Amino acid sequence: MGSTMRGLSVFISDIRNCQNKELERLRVDKELGHIRTRFKNEKGLTPYEKKKYVWKMLYIYMLGYDVDFGHMEAVSLISAPKYPEKQVGYIVTSCLLNENHDFLRMVVNTVRNDIVGRNETFQCLALTMVGNIGGREFAESLAPDVQKLLVSSSCRPLVRKKAALCLLRLFRKNPDVVNVDGWSDRMAQLLDERDLGVLTSSMSLLVALVSNNSDAYWNCVSKCVKILERLAKNHDVPQEYTYYGIPSPWLQVKTMRALQYFPTIEDPNTRRSLFEVLQRILMGTDVVKNVNKNNASHAVLFEALALVMHLDAEKEMMSQCVALLGKFISVREPNIRYLGLENMTRMLMVADVQDIIKRHQTQIITSLKDPDISIRRRSLDLLYGMCDITNAKDIVEELLQYLSTAEFAMREELALKAAILAEKFAPNLSWYVDVILQLIDKAGDFVSDDIWYRVVQFVTNNEDLQPYAAAKARVYLDKPALHETMVKVGSYLLGEYGHLLARRPGCNPKELFAVINEKLPTVSPPTVAILLSSYAKMLLHTQPPDPELQEQIWAIFRKYESYVDVEIQQRAVEYFALSKKGAALMDVLAEMPKFPERQSALLRKAEDIDADTAEQSAIKLRSQQQTSNALVVTDQLPANGSHSVGQLKLVKIPSQNMEASSVDQGRTEVYGAVSKVDPEAASSADLLGDLLGPLAIEGPPNALIEEEQSQGIEANPSSPGALALAALGDQPNSAQPIINIVERFSALCLKDSGVLYEDPHIQIGVKAEWKAHHGRLVLFLGNKNISPLASVRALILPPRHLKMELSLVPETIPPRAQVQCPLDVVNLQASRDVPVLDFGYRFGTTMVLIKIPVLRFYALDMFSELFYTSQVNVKLRLPMPLNKFLQPMTVSAEEFFPYWKSIPGPPMKLQEVVRGVKPLSLSELANLFASLHLGISQGLDLNPNNLVASATFCSDNSRSILCLVRVETDPADRSQLRLTVASGDPTLTFELKELLKEYLINIPVTTPVGAPLQAQIPAPLQLEPPVTPVTNDPGALLAALL
Amino acid sequence: MIRFILLQNRQGKTRLAKYYVPLEESEKHKVEYEVHRLVVNRDPKFTNFVEFRTHKVIYRRYAGLFFSMCVDITDNELAYLECIHLFVEILDHFFSNVCELDLVFNFNKVYLILDEFILAGELQETSKKAIIERMGELEKQE
Repeated sequence: MGSTMRGLSVFISDIRNCQNKELERLRVDKELGHIRTRFKNEKGLTPYEKKKYVWKMLYIYMLGYDVDFGHMEAVSLISAPKYPEKQVGYIVTSCLLNENHDFLRMVVNTVRNDIVGRNETFQCLALTMVGNIGGREFAESLAPDVQKLLVSSSCRPLVRKKAALCLLRLFRKNPDVVNVDGWSDRMAQLLDERDLGVLTSSMSLLVALVSNNSDAYWNCVSKCVKILERLAKNHDVPQEYTYYGIPSPWLQVKTMRALQYFPTIEDPNTRRSLFEVLQRILMGTDVVKNVNKNNASHAVLFEALALVMHLDAEKEMMSQCVALLGKFISVREPNIRYLGLENMTRMLMVADVQDIIKRHQTQIITSLKDPDISIRRRSLDLLYGMCDITNAKDIVEELLQYLSTAEFAMREELALKAAILAEKFAPNLSWYVDVILQLIDKAGDFVSDDIWYRVVQFVTNNEDLQPYAAAKARVYLDKPALHETMVKVGSYLLGEYGHLLARRPGCNPKELFAVINEKLPTVSPPTVAILLSSYAKMLLHTQPPDPELQEQIWAIFRKYESYVDVEIQQRAVEYFALSKKGAALMDVLAEMPKFPERQSALLRKAEDIDADTAEQSAIKLRSQQQTSNALVVTDQLPANGSHSVGQLKLVKIPSQNMEASSVDQGRTEVYGAVSKVDPEAASSADLLGDLLGPLAIEGPPNALIEEEQSQGIEANPSSPGALALAALGDQPNSAQPIINIVERFSALCLKDSGVLYEDPHIQIGVKAEWKAHHGRLVLFLGNKNISPLASVRALILPPRHLKMELSLVPETIPPRAQVQCPLDVVNLQASRDVPVLDFGYRFGTTMVLIKIPVLRFYALDMFSELFYTSQVNVKLRLPMPLNKFLQPMTVSAEEFFPYWKSIPGPPMKLQEVVRGVKPLSLSELANLFASLHLGISQGLDLNPNNLVASATFCSDNSRSILCLVRVETDPADRSQLRLTVASGDPTLTFELKELLKEYLINIPVTTPVGAPLQAQIPAPLQLEPPVTPVTNDPGALLAALL
Repeated sequence: MIRFILLQNRQGKTRLAKYYVPLEESEKHKVEYEVHRLVVNRDPKFTNFVEFRTHKVIYRRYAGLFFSMCVDITDNELAYLECIHLFVEILDHFFSNVCELDLVFNFNKVYLILDEFILAGELQETSKKAIIERMGELEKQE
């Protein structure tokens, strides 16, 4: 077993003999001290000793102790001339350091020399280290050399397989290092390799390459199929590559994975051969006694299933797959059952098998009660995926029941999924309210404010629901030990609608008041605020006034007039004054008006969850490619115009507001969608059912044609069946934004003018001026079309801390014209929230493609839908972050230090170590601060790595407040810094600190505004006259303006 | 791709840790602690797969040692499960009847073997014979 190092063995023995952790630590410290002194005086150190010490360091590191020295010695061994030292240097370096470590830069040249050198062993060592920890810098300087080794005919397989995976690493770090044009032929040649080790490594490389760009590697398809055939028929596979009788299961799996990234397999012969192999795998995999053989063969089988699903095999083969999966989900072997559930969930995404899967519902629900959390998770995912309007009640009730016993780790996900399903598939609104109230009751901690706000929105907008919801709230409020969210929603509902229950027993105003007021002493300030509002509403609704109740409520208002929380204080004072005024009370506290339509915050939240995988999932890629032939909703409205189950209507708009003559058609909100379905294109009764359905739903073709004609679209001559929706998606009429809204918003947070939003029809620019706590922001709405934009609607949803007034927005924007809408803002207090502009318009009779991300728990769960509509609604955050109300200051040392010292600590002075910071030099940091209106005070901090800045924050509520910021950076590690923020106001300190963190972690990209935008304006409709005077182009106008 | 490989005993002592994604020191300690807690108390009748943050851990227990691989959520579970077993077979062959002590005293060899088996978070060689022969070649050079 070669040479062992005695000193190392002795040290390991010593550690093992330590009686306890304390003694171990002493022994480790002693050793570290020893190593440190030996390293300090390098002269007396033999290569052998150096090697021994570096191994010891790795051992200590592995035990979990910090080793904060000696990295240099480890790295320097890489340059040693002899193998034993070099080997230790490479291995220990790749364990101790990660790709971002500065020391690695110093050895780039040595590593390169080893790679291009003639010593095969050195080549292998270098390729291994780069493959394991190489970063971008290595990618850029080494990729060509690594490629050469991979295709070299003079290298042994040993070197080439390492080169393949090393190149894979470099590609992942920087995809540009592999030049597609030159590489795709080479890649195909690599697949002819006979050595299975090289082939295994090359296949992994191919998977990464095709997941990024499958078009370029189509020439690899037939070769992959050949490899599969070779393996499946066990043809020319050396014994050493068969595993328990199965020809390299790993290579089979990788090859089938690679094939899943190609959209289709066109060549009929290749397709036939592939299906033969797949059929053989599907049919020929038996359950055997040997665990390893069983696992290996099923690994291949499950990959084959995935490939069959991807290839959209004939019905017969698909049903074979479903039958297999049905068998798997009922076996006892846990791994197979887990995979059965997981693959059924995947299958839902790609094939029309929902009905067959529904037959297994009972079996799946059984797995939801399995003792193994892994199985329960898969079962939950599958139930979630297969839920539709027909089984929503059963499934959601199962989830609620499980919620009572589920462990902490799963509750949040369960609650969120139950809430989403309830919202999507509610057969009626009262059921929805029931479900959410139960959710709050059972798992209040996981029901975010968004969810209960949503309940309130529904109840407010649907009169029929109000007494029901109030009665339910009354019942819940009687329960002991309520969750605070229940107190919030319950008291809100009773305040607003409690009077509707007046005739029921236990529901007179005094009784309602008593039941709510019981909670007052124990709730937190935000809830107190809601309770106060409920009391005010109760006063309003109690007609004629009940003097006794009045006195009780007034007493509470008076008590809270001096409460420490400003918000509550204000409410108490105002409600008290108002309630003495009679008529004014009526006006101010009148029932809440109906809410405007908005996207479900819940679904929006669900979109934010993203999986992190090396290669994008093949299924996700596929479902993205398929968005265009996803779904057409074309069914006619039911004849009587009434809405049947399946639609939770958020808003019923009075018929006189309808532009269309069809007065009894309400506008329908599609959950998660930002579009309104046009009355003419009104959705089918089971629209929502379709929303979650698999991708292949199609509407009746004749309806589609009628649709087209009624919309006056240039008739598409093709037959209805051939109507290529894929082509529709490519039309320039799509109302998808053509700029990155998030990026624009971030950029505008740092500067005052630029484009906020742009789609093929409209461009919205902003220009802002800020003066102390006042601001004026002008919105420039430019119609890019040659037809007018109608029904223009702009609504500001201001956060509480801003007072805003938007001047009138015209209803119509004429062709190629631009209108200006000034918006005045007054800042009341510090908050990171920003207002939202709810903007909408109609544009003639064209079609829009709007993407509706439904839910993305994992990479698998995303797909999109198509709607016919001519209404576009968007919600845009307006760039008015807190920093706009800062005025930069440069303070002298005399001013700074006394103030800094006068604020001792939290909550007015907060400090935090921020990690994951975008690496910025000090001057870049200073620039960032300057654009945030923070004045840099040079030289105040004696440490050149630190930065001190200050500003005054202006708000209407208080005088200007001085804010001080200090940033301490670590020149050795730019990815973290210590941030201290101090001001006289705890809220301001906190909000400012959080805001700075956001900027530091995610530095927004600033791109020049003018030029690229103009270039992005897509070719207008063909009807457009060829020459357009430049001055009429709003894009140009805007660019000139800015 | 494999994010990291851990070899831990029942008490949670790390016998081998290899990371194919850059993690901070403190994060590594946290990951090792969490993965150990995640797998150590699972019933042998449970699946060998368990979700870990946004990834999943495929693990297998051999006597008092837990071999855990953290892979992407979309990866083929069984293939990695058998990959663990193949690694154990290689160790067993190399140390002839491997036990925890072999891995403790020869941890440097274990790292060498692993580098012949997995690279860049992907399988590099699945032939036991090829790896054992390669180890022989390397030992001659020392």
